[in-house]
Amino acid sequence: MIAFNKYYNHFNVLSTVLIVVSLLLLIFKGLNFGIDFKGGTLIELRSNDTKINVSTLRDKFSQMNLGDVSVKKFGSDNDFLIKFENKDNKKNIIEEIKVNLDNSFGNNYDFRRVENVGPKVSAELLKSGVIAISLSLAIMLIYIWIRFEWQFSLGAILALFHDVIVTLGVFSLFSLEINLSIIAAVLTIVGYSMNDTVVIFDRVRENLRKYSDIKIFELTNISINETLSRTIITSATTLLALLAIYLFGGEILKGFSLAMILGVIFGTYSSIYIANTVLVRLRVSQKTVLREDDSK
Amino acid sequence: MLYFSKLRIVFITIFSLLFVLIASSNLFNFDDGFFNKKINLGLDLQGGSYLLLEIDNEPVIEQKLQNLTTTFRNYFKDKDIKINNIKIDDKYIFFNVSDENKQKVIDIFQDEDSEINPYYPRFKSHQLEIEDTGLNLKVSFSRQGLITLKTSSQDQAIEIVRRRVDEVGTNEPNILKRGNNRILVELPGLDDPMRIKSLLGKTANLTFRFVTQNDDDRFGVQKLEFEDGTQEANVSKRIIISGENLLDAQPKMDTQNNQTIVSFTLDRVGAKRFGKATSTGIGKQLAIVLDGKIISAPVVRDTIASGSGQISGGFTFQSATDLALLLRSGALPAPLEIIEERTVGPDLGQDSINAGMIALAIGFLLVIIFMFVKYRFFGLITNATLIINLFILLGVLTLFEATLTLPGIAGIILTVGMAVDANVLIFERIKEELKDETNNILAFDGGYTKSRTAIIDANITTLLAAVILFFMGSGPVKGFAVTLGVGIFTTLFSVYFIARLFTSLYVSKNKNSGKLI
Repeated sequence: MIAFNKYYNHFNVLSTVLIVVSLLLLIFKGLNFGIDFKGGTLIELRSNDTKINVSTLRDKFSQMNLGDVSVKKFGSDNDFLIKFENKDNKKNIIEEIKVNLDNSFGNNYDFRRVENVGPKVSAELLKSGVIAISLSLAIMLIYIWIRFEWQFSLGAILALFHDVIVTLGVFSLFSLEINLSIIAAVLTIVGYSMNDTVVIFDRVRENLRKYSDIKIFELTNISINETLSRTIITSATTLLALLAIYLFGGEILKGFSLAMILGVIFGTYSSIYIANTVLVRLRVSQKTVLREDDSK
Repeated sequence: MLYFSKLRIVFITIFSLLFVLIASSNLFNFDDGFFNKKINLGLDLQGGSYLLLEIDNEPVIEQKLQNLTTTFRNYFKDKDIKINNIKIDDKYIFFNVSDENKQKVIDIFQDEDSEINPYYPRFKSHQLEIEDTGLNLKVSFSRQGLITLKTSSQDQAIEIVRRRVDEVGTNEPNILKRGNNRILVELPGLDDPMRIKSLLGKTANLTFRFVTQNDDDRFGVQKLEFEDGTQEANVSKRIIISGENLLDAQPKMDTQNNQTIVSFTLDRVGAKRFGKATSTGIGKQLAIVLDGKIISAPVVRDTIASGSGQISGGFTFQSATDLALLLRSGALPAPLEIIEERTVGPDLGQDSINAGMIALAIGFLLVIIFMFVKYRFFGLITNATLIINLFILLGVLTLFEATLTLPGIAGIILTVGMAVDANVLIFERIKEELKDETNNILAFDGGYTKSRTAIIDANITTLLAAVILFFMGSGPVKGFAVTLGVGIFTTLFSVYFIARLFTSLYVSKNKNSGKLI
């Protein structure tokens, strides 16, 4: 049996530091919002001419008075991602750019993807993203409250909060782009983290009913160990699937799968080291679950 | 938990086979209608254009208020109530009446049978609200009045948008209302939406009006630019004919001077008015005005009584075709703005499908190998279940003709990764049971029973996340929510019926061969 409980305090300190650092990053560095949430225009361009590269594209685009233009390689050597704010929300901007590029490069390129999000829509998308994440946290809280005692509910929500904040913190630290699919990833992380926590909590509750003489500090450790192989196997298969998406699923799914991979790792960690330590700190005992049984 | 009746086994087999068969209809073409269903590919996979249009209702409201001032003037004149200083200011109509008439006017507005202020009994609201500011009376649209106005301009606009998109002839466009002032246009297979965008961006408000020199035209005068921006002209506000009078418009080649023109046919009212105007206005310039710009202003040489005519204006064949199309489909009630556009080229779509399928195959393989290494025989059961689960999932998506998007494929791969969870929970629990239970059947039974609450709880949490995502997400992300959500149900079915069936057959055969797992 692994003594997870020996490190409860250490990891609580670590988690607190992680959350604080993430919050500071989110407040002071902020998130790198993509055009979904910031508004603007995105063009994925494929060239079949070596003359077209990041610097020539940057030159051409800076001549077009589009404001701040970012040009980046996208996956392969001849795919590029071009983004700009399109502040004036010009109507025929794409056509103008095409004419401009045709003049310099001829017909040796292709727009593979064009996205143009107006300021109104991006504001709405951001709002609905925030609502979706808050709503999912609230619904999880309610669900687990119905199924367990409030101490469990608090532990699970703290764990969820940790996973979401720290994942976003990593995205802030490395300036990774936040777009619609990242919101989907975060919601899935919420589901997954909850799933993981619930399995351990289920066992904790069962053991609380079974053993009246074991303290919660020991009992959580027993429960973690009993469910450990399941935790490892499920995390492993989920990570394998996500790794396949990350490596082979194409450039568009990279951010999504990365967020999910981080979320699964943090989710697994937090189920053990946050959710359970809350139960310990709140001195959950057999009485807690027996009271619940009585009221039912 | 391990007992299955023969009937149940038959039912499970038929049910699974049915979905496998439905899923396979994506690969083959069955003639039978029931198996003819296919999974729809989202725009991100098949390529295409997604346009979100917003109707700018400001001009409509302004026009309506303008019309209302005329209505009020006439109505109160008939009632012998004198109204003064009527003016429009920022969505309000202000006017003065004498103190003794004030209450009378307010009563007229608030009467449920009011002739100038329609009452909507369903919403218990009038179209207009009236307020006494002390200085004057203030009339504005009520909340319900604005909603009704917006809905009706949306109804008109969506009809015009549909006509224009249909005329261009893209395959299976999807045109839907969003809220009460937006229209969503999905155009599968279209990788360059430039033409449609420019067609939808035009209101196509056509009028024929005389160019006038004297500024004291009875109807008022407007200074308008020519389309090419080189000249300006003073045009009377009096409308001879408008787009509504057109029966048909077609691009044509003028054989005399080899110019592309748009020829049009007028309805009876239009023909009469056009004939009268051209007979009295010989020698004058008749301006053809589209969306506030003059296309051309030919001099009237003859009376045109035939009810047909032509517009020239230095068109290319393409621009003449587009103008004819716009005139045929009619004017939009209000300008449309494209507030969101997402276009994916067909080759990127195909690349995404390929990448998604490779990721699915590799993810699947990794999970299958992992499970076999970990659980050996029971790993094989899990894997067989996983494969059937995948087919049932595809079958369900096919049955409902769901839309598969790239994030949707990611959802399927994720389902593969998470689907083993339930089986793992069960198997691990059975292992624990076997520590102090020698009877295999009892241990397996206990394992299934005791793991059940954890499995149900764990799946419900993921399902809740998927449901929220479905209602809050848009487009591709919705596709992810669908596959993730459906995946949970198919997983629970395959774990509790298929995997359990396999397990029960194996265990009842080998119940006396020591620890089985």
